[in-house]
Amino acid sequence: MSVSQDTFRAALLDSARPVPEGLSDGHGRPAGARFSVYRNNVAVSLTEALEVSFPAIRKLIGDENFRGLMGIFLRQHPPTAPMISQYGAALPGFLEGFEPLAHLGYLPDVARLEQALRESYHAADAVAIDPAELQNLPPDALMGATLTLAPTLRLIRSRWPVHEIWAYNMEDGAPKPSGNAQNVLVTRPEFDPIATPLAPGGGTFIAALADGQTFGTAFEVATQATKGGGEFDLTPTLSALIAGRAIIQIRPGDSP
Amino acid sequence: MLDAHPFSALPPGPGVGYKAQYFQSIMENPAPVEWLEIHAENYMGDGGRPLAQLRHLSERFAISVHGVGLSIGGEGPLDPDHLARLKTLCGWLNPASFSEHLAWSTHDSHFLNDLLPLPYTAATLTRVADHIDALQEAIGRRMLLENPSSYLAFDKSTMEETAFLSELSARTGCGLLLDVNNVFISATNLNLDPHAYIDAFPLDKVGEIHLGGHDEDADDHGAPLLIDSHGREVADPVWSLLHYTLQRSGPRPLLIEWDADVPDWPTLAAEAQRAADALAQVPA
Repeated sequence: MSVSQDTFRAALLDSARPVPEGLSDGHGRPAGARFSVYRNNVAVSLTEALEVSFPAIRKLIGDENFRGLMGIFLRQHPPTAPMISQYGAALPGFLEGFEPLAHLGYLPDVARLEQALRESYHAADAVAIDPAELQNLPPDALMGATLTLAPTLRLIRSRWPVHEIWAYNMEDGAPKPSGNAQNVLVTRPEFDPIATPLAPGGGTFIAALADGQTFGTAFEVATQATKGGGEFDLTPTLSALIAGRAIIQIRPGDSP
Repeated sequence: MLDAHPFSALPPGPGVGYKAQYFQSIMENPAPVEWLEIHAENYMGDGGRPLAQLRHLSERFAISVHGVGLSIGGEGPLDPDHLARLKTLCGWLNPASFSEHLAWSTHDSHFLNDLLPLPYTAATLTRVADHIDALQEAIGRRMLLENPSSYLAFDKSTMEETAFLSELSARTGCGLLLDVNNVFISATNLNLDPHAYIDAFPLDKVGEIHLGGHDEDADDHGAPLLIDSHGREVADPVWSLLHYTLQRSGPRPLLIEWDADVPDWPTLAAEAQRAADALAQVPA
């Protein structure tokens, strides 16, 4: 019986295991350290894929820590499909439970934002509505309307200033994070996703729309969520949805 | 030639491995590149830039779809989800060619992102042939199977790699993708004669040739160990081996692979020009 793929795989992912027997170097000797070529290819290629997908996490903890951390992650969560540009969806959850980095409590949400940006990049194309459609709707019909949001839309709701932390690490000249909790809208106006921090109540408003609630109900729950801050200010959130070409259908409600 | 080559609808000229950053250069002035190869797994999202670029490119260029993740040599059955994704891609794109590797990469639904080696035995031959049949059935076309780059050998192998590939082609009707850089790497690493490998290869089944760069290392005993990095220019002895091959095979679609430390377009186009020059010296 030749070395099984089970044995080969186990030795690939665990350098403490011996090189499988039955492999030679073509000069009549055991393969020995030549097996490391495969070990190295697996670990390096997966780590590089994660570097591409999670640049802010890498910047936050530094190159060396990132490589060490990804070495642990990729052995606990090897890819389950061959689309390597989509690998790493399990990283936020892994970071959540990774005790040595518990003092950086915002890391999982930053990873969620990076994952959301990547999902948006690959999401299905859809044609946005003409904003005039919204403006031309009589107020009653608007309040009763339900909206279909684009497949490229993602919403990150965080108790951390997640957009500020992400931007500070990814954009030149971005200000230092302030410390306030942030919800972030990810949209894809054409091919490049953008992340927009939402005004108070904005996350609740979009989550309600995505849940199929009417425009009016979404507005109400957003106002309730804007504790003590007065009525929900719809304008910046609606502008972000329109600018992000994130509304692809309006179904007007019945007039009361 | 009046007749189309039985194993390839790609033009017998130079092609390159496509990267998103080349889009504008290629659309403006692709010369001398005549066709493009994409990695199937990079075009399995639902939309966005990758698919939009590919739609544009496919209107102007013959496209070769090169799979890197099916695990044709896997001990377990092929992943039906991945077969379905390949069928979808080949369905809308209608590529000039589809190719995959004589290797495995998935075990127990864990994808290891490397092309892992196989023992050349009767049992492996039966299993790989069954997987090729399943793939060709799923995508409704004939595939090309690529020879691997080897860093070690299996004591239990009972067949030469060239005989193994010949037999697979005979059993399944698949064509072959001859990676001349892989031949040079394997021959160096396993102490074999690369020219003898080419002599034994069924060149009439070759629908495409690959060329790429490799890195030089050494093993524990100081023996040369070449690594298939695709991260630099094609090495001179690989160009020589290509000339040797083309004299025997006649012209074939010739791909430059450069996947790591990816160069700018003029550098890649210069490598493609070298491939064009090599083809120009070949009797048709």
